Amino acid sequence: MMKTMTSTALASLVALGALSGAAQAEIRLGASVSASGPAAFLGDPEAKTIEMMIEEINAAGGVNGEEIALTLYDDGGDPNKARTFATRLVEDDEVVAIIGGSTTGTTMSILDVAEDEGIPFISLAGAISIVDPVREYVFKTPHTDRMACQKIFTDMQAQGIASIGMISGTDGFGASMQAQCKEVAGEFGIEILADETYGPQDADMTPQLTRIRDTDGVQAVLNPGFGQGPAIVTRNVAQLGFEIPLYQSHGVASNAFVELAGLDAAEGVRLPGTALLIGDLLAEDDPQYKVVNDYIAAYQAKYDQEPSTFAGYAHDAVALMVDAITRAGSTDPAAIRDAIEATSGLVGTTGIYTFSPEDHLGLDLSAFRMLEITGEGWKQLD
Amino acid sequence: MDALLQFIFSGVTVGAVYALVALGFTIIYNASDVVNFAQGEFVMLGGMITVFAHQAGLPLPLAALLAILATAAIGVALNKLAIEPARGAPVVSLIIITIGASILIRGAAQLIFDKQLHRFPAFSGDDPIRVMGATILPQSLWVIGGALVVFFGLWLFFTRTLTGKAVLATANNRVAAQLVGINTSWVMTLSFGLSAAIGALAGVLVTPITLVAYDVGVGLALKGFAAAMLGGMGNPKGALVGGLALGLLEAMTAGYLSSQYKDAVAFIVILAVLFVMPQGIFGKKSTERV
Amino acid sequence: MEARRKWIQLAVLAALIAVLPFFFPSGYYYRVGALIFVNGLSVIGLVILIGYAGQISLGHAGFAGIGAYACALGPQHLGLHPGLALILGAVISGLLALLIGRPILRLKGYYLAVATLGFGILVSMLLTNERALTGGPDGISVEDLGLRALLRDLGWRISGGEFWYGASGIALLVGAWLALNLFDSPTGRAMRSLHGSEVAASTVGIDVARQKLRAFVISAVYASVAGSLLALQNGFITPDVAGFMHSIEMVTMAVLGGVGSVLGATLGAAILTLLPQVLTVFAEYEQLVLGAVMILVMIFLPQGLLPSIARRLRGRGE
Repeated sequence: MMKTMTSTALASLVALGALSGAAQAEIRLGASVSASGPAAFLGDPEAKTIEMMIEEINAAGGVNGEEIALTLYDDGGDPNKARTFATRLVEDDEVVAIIGGSTTGTTMSILDVAEDEGIPFISLAGAISIVDPVREYVFKTPHTDRMACQKIFTDMQAQGIASIGMISGTDGFGASMQAQCKEVAGEFGIEILADETYGPQDADMTPQLTRIRDTDGVQAVLNPGFGQGPAIVTRNVAQLGFEIPLYQSHGVASNAFVELAGLDAAEGVRLPGTALLIGDLLAEDDPQYKVVNDYIAAYQAKYDQEPSTFAGYAHDAVALMVDAITRAGSTDPAAIRDAIEATSGLVGTTGIYTFSPEDHLGLDLSAFRMLEITGEGWKQLD
Repeated sequence: MDALLQFIFSGVTVGAVYALVALGFTIIYNASDVVNFAQGEFVMLGGMITVFAHQAGLPLPLAALLAILATAAIGVALNKLAIEPARGAPVVSLIIITIGASILIRGAAQLIFDKQLHRFPAFSGDDPIRVMGATILPQSLWVIGGALVVFFGLWLFFTRTLTGKAVLATANNRVAAQLVGINTSWVMTLSFGLSAAIGALAGVLVTPITLVAYDVGVGLALKGFAAAMLGGMGNPKGALVGGLALGLLEAMTAGYLSSQYKDAVAFIVILAVLFVMPQGIFGKKSTERV
Repeated sequence: MEARRKWIQLAVLAALIAVLPFFFPSGYYYRVGALIFVNGLSVIGLVILIGYAGQISLGHAGFAGIGAYACALGPQHLGLHPGLALILGAVISGLLALLIGRPILRLKGYYLAVATLGFGILVSMLLTNERALTGGPDGISVEDLGLRALLRDLGWRISGGEFWYGASGIALLVGAWLALNLFDSPTGRAMRSLHGSEVAASTVGIDVARQKLRAFVISAVYASVAGSLLALQNGFITPDVAGFMHSIEMVTMAVLGGVGSVLGATLGAAILTLLPQVLTVFAEYEQLVLGAVMILVMIFLPQGLLPSIARRLRGRGE
């Protein structure tokens, strides 16, 4: 019984494999993102972006005259599944490169397979540990959470803020950024007087915020997190009548956040964001103007939504990959890897990428823009 | 002092959310001894359907009414299609069936709606009410009021109405209930419809505070289930007290001990209570039928 | 069950594990196979707890988490060999089960469910929050077992996928053998007597609490070893392994395949592991299909797939 079940299942797997590998003269690109599950907030727009861009590229004649055959899997945010899909992409679908890893956990699972098999992999996750130490085949597009902390602290320093309270989500994004911020705060002469957390599904953070409010000397609140948490924190801060500024992270840099928190509560919130958020505010001679606005227009036309910052990471990963394959002029994974590493001055939505053997992130702090939410929309502060 | 009051406000708000979810468990459990793990999905549906109906142009009260009716219909369908055919299955099979239903509803919701977070405006604005230095949002009062109304409604239903007593009789002994002329099939349909409606009402009330997305049901069901068990499953009083206790416990832990371990403290207390009172605080003592 | 049937079941399992690789078109299938075996191992533990002793647990992923993190943290903080860490994890899980089992197992039905659920959540919360020790929600890498390098030195070169396919396959066989032996032993009979009625069992002189506790401890060790093997195989682990969803997944596998049957539980593990792989083309509908499968199997095959089908076949034969 079990045998027939298993072999039926295996047969269907083989059939699927044969289906995806049927056409010749094509570039096989793999992707594994968290389009469902707790990280769907990140992975869903990423998947949409990857699919949209590959369609566009193929419609425009492909890369070096060859079509890109995309195999995209939804790992549901589960690192175990992500590893299985990475193995499948490499061993079964025989892809030449992988994009994906919406969370740090799934990235770390894919990364192992990519390194072992020598397949270039561009990750969409934040943690600095992905590219530090540098791994031969692993690159990433988002800035690190450490950079977000540095950007925020730079702004605080300029405002004369020296002591803050932190309230962080206990999900991967929040916890990782919390740790990074605590590490670099000293470099900016900033002291963290209160350090609170909340669960990703919590409905009310007023107890934690009351503790922060009642801590003597707190001059600002910083909230690393994504999803509903920061929206509720923002609303609770307004409810409690805080008179000190609230800083959010790049995790909520989107108009949807302003809607969820309500403009009344969100007004005055500061956060580091990317050019993607302020496409309409960019000067026409801004190097990112065209890339950003073309992408926003295409995404909106196709999905009737605004692309999020996370979607932008996927955009940049595809752009980097396609650029590298074009320059490599071959579908040899090692050649593509070398071409990615040689990328210089590629303009993405997140920033302008220049990789080197020592730097597989290729962005600096200038990619971040410090933004403030105002009644008229986003305002760039620097 | 105003900090303590703030913690209490927070605890009661969150506790009322848990209580509303926990109350939804009681009717189905009373009618059939089934703990419906899809109860959280009813809450999610209440929120999501309201959001999308509102976006489509319906006024908020109408959208909410539509959401509650539609969810009640889904509850009835769940009973007809999944619970009734599995009559007499062991507890573990029923758990798997309702978890399966929860996964199915979530899967459908992500296809029909979307995977984004949503919210609609609070019913009475967002201006906090100040009491002795602490603040509470008007929407919290709606949630607390909702929990109380549902509680009293259920209490009256089970003690004062013939139908409510029929529900209890069905749970107690299905065959005997049928013998005295109770239409047990109708009782089950009614229970699922009512439970789903209460879940959806909870979703409508809490969405302005907690926000809603297709996957919020699991977390809510988990906390509501824990609250119901703490108070004693099947007893509306238990659901209300269990929910409020859980919310207050979390808020006090976050306020005075550590926000990192507030959920942990909540579960440790639940474990401790169950060790002393294996049927929860207000649970009925039962003896095993041999 | 007579001894012959035990050996038939083991032989079927062993033959499947040994023969399937001849049909594998690529290395990816070894990975899926290894996952099925690891899941199967933890689910066999639940067969002993749920199927034999009739007790439910919605928190067994907690033990899997302990096993997994023992393999991650043991080598890192204590300098233990990963293999020894696996044993340490199993010992810790067993002792913990012994400690919490007695009060928890006094509870019945849904109250037992919520207590075990609370235990699982506590473990996963600890793993998530103690970032300095466990690496937090982003996970932690796990040292290689080193066995593959040893084999290579002996002149046997096999890929990681093949190695873990073999290693997990052997672990599954051993686990199945032990569980089948237990089934027929006096202890196993005593456990199974609880399933019918605890009151009846105690009137014939069975120490109910003791038998429940035994089943709980044994199943905890199974889950722990499976968690360790998963961690070693993946080389990386996150607190998800201890999460509520993983507990649910384990129970579902057991119940779907047939919670009273070792082979059935393995089948359940195989189906739920394969399902998301088969459904990738319809990824959007994966949850819909999974939910529908769970409901339909429970309605139409309430004993689980394998026992229900076996019964039907036998019924026709006689």
